[in-house]
Amino acid sequence: MSSSSPEQLLAEIRHHCTQSWTLMEVCGGQTHALLRHGIDQLLPAEIHLIHGPGCPVCVTASERIDQALELAARPEVILCSFGDMLRVPGRQGRNLLAVRAEGGDVRVVYSPLDVLAVAQQHPDRLVVFLAVGFETTAPATALLARRALLAGVPNLTLLVCHVRVPPVLHAMLNAPQCQVQGLLAAGNVCAVMGQAEYNALAAEHRRPIVVTGFSAMELLQGILQAVDQLERGAHRVENGYRRAAAEQGNHAAQALIQQVFHPIDCQWRGLGWIPGGGLALREPFASLAVERRVAPPVSAPASPEQAQGCISGLVLQGLARPSACPHFRRPCTPEQPLGAPMVSSEGACAAYYRYQR
Amino acid sequence: MCLAVPGELVSINEHHDPLWRTGDVSFGGVLRQVSLACVPEAQLGDQLLVHVGMALAVLEP
Repeated sequence: MSSSSPEQLLAEIRHHCTQSWTLMEVCGGQTHALLRHGIDQLLPAEIHLIHGPGCPVCVTASERIDQALELAARPEVILCSFGDMLRVPGRQGRNLLAVRAEGGDVRVVYSPLDVLAVAQQHPDRLVVFLAVGFETTAPATALLARRALLAGVPNLTLLVCHVRVPPVLHAMLNAPQCQVQGLLAAGNVCAVMGQAEYNALAAEHRRPIVVTGFSAMELLQGILQAVDQLERGAHRVENGYRRAAAEQGNHAAQALIQQVFHPIDCQWRGLGWIPGGGLALREPFASLAVERRVAPPVSAPASPEQAQGCISGLVLQGLARPSACPHFRRPCTPEQPLGAPMVSSEGACAAYYRYQR
Repeated sequence: MCLAVPGELVSINEHHDPLWRTGDVSFGGVLRQVSLACVPEAQLGDQLLVHVGMALAVLEP
């Protein structure tokens, strides 16, 4: 099944597809790439794409954003995170950029590993890393935690919001309203974790899963393999991203995650409580948890999504298109987002805004 | 967030503890120090898949 051009792959998909199929690309990076290349408009009309929850910025619990906002406002704190996190609204619509404008020391880092140097340069300040991301990103936070304990950096702390993909897919596929018939799994998550968890999902839910990359060719290849399985009534895991994702994943990265974290039940923004859906620090790394160093802030009232009629929960579950939201474009834009999926470079709403769907 | 970028490993800073082993990776000529903790097999000239300062895979040629 190797074709040399996108046109050939599209022709093969058209040739294979005899009926209507609904696929979900799990990763927000794939959503943006599908729209950027116009693949959603080039596919046969029988193939429907549902955009999955694979946007860590979008699904980080608003309670955690509020904790970050409260910490960042403290004069003794330096709060570090990835750039996308700075525009995510908390429950009252405020974000880290606003806290920074008011004098909070909020810094964008390229890598979690950069936070160690920040903490070493500012021994008199409490340095907090707002750690978000899926299994792709968790190894870097785990490495930071191991280095921090080895180097003895007492002022470095972690606000851990890492989440795990398979539990949320299990919850979505279990939901009675779920329309997804086949999955394009997030290639870079599988590059770390391998396919074992997905074999279990494919068998239990009887859905084909194709580990899929991010280029136009890789996305079309993933769609072709998923459609081919659906047409044949098959439901197994196939790897369409072999150049990066080995079947077993990356053992060293998995070991780092297992040494530093353990799975916990956790809240996903817009999706609710997901059993086993998060990661928490295990001993001795739990001593790095920011909750151990500072008193927890008081919780805030209802979320802005509900208050302002934002439908990001439905978007994240694939039950509504971003363009179906009454607030889409007016007033909700990437500059003035009402909900997290409009913020992120991986959010479905931001993709629809940018590529004018 | 899970965006990962391929780049060429152009130098290795050896360390007795693999946790601290790093290398310089060239992304189209732009160099960036990257942790090699998860790719102990990586060699000079390899294409690495890099995410937030960490190499996660040696890409197949």
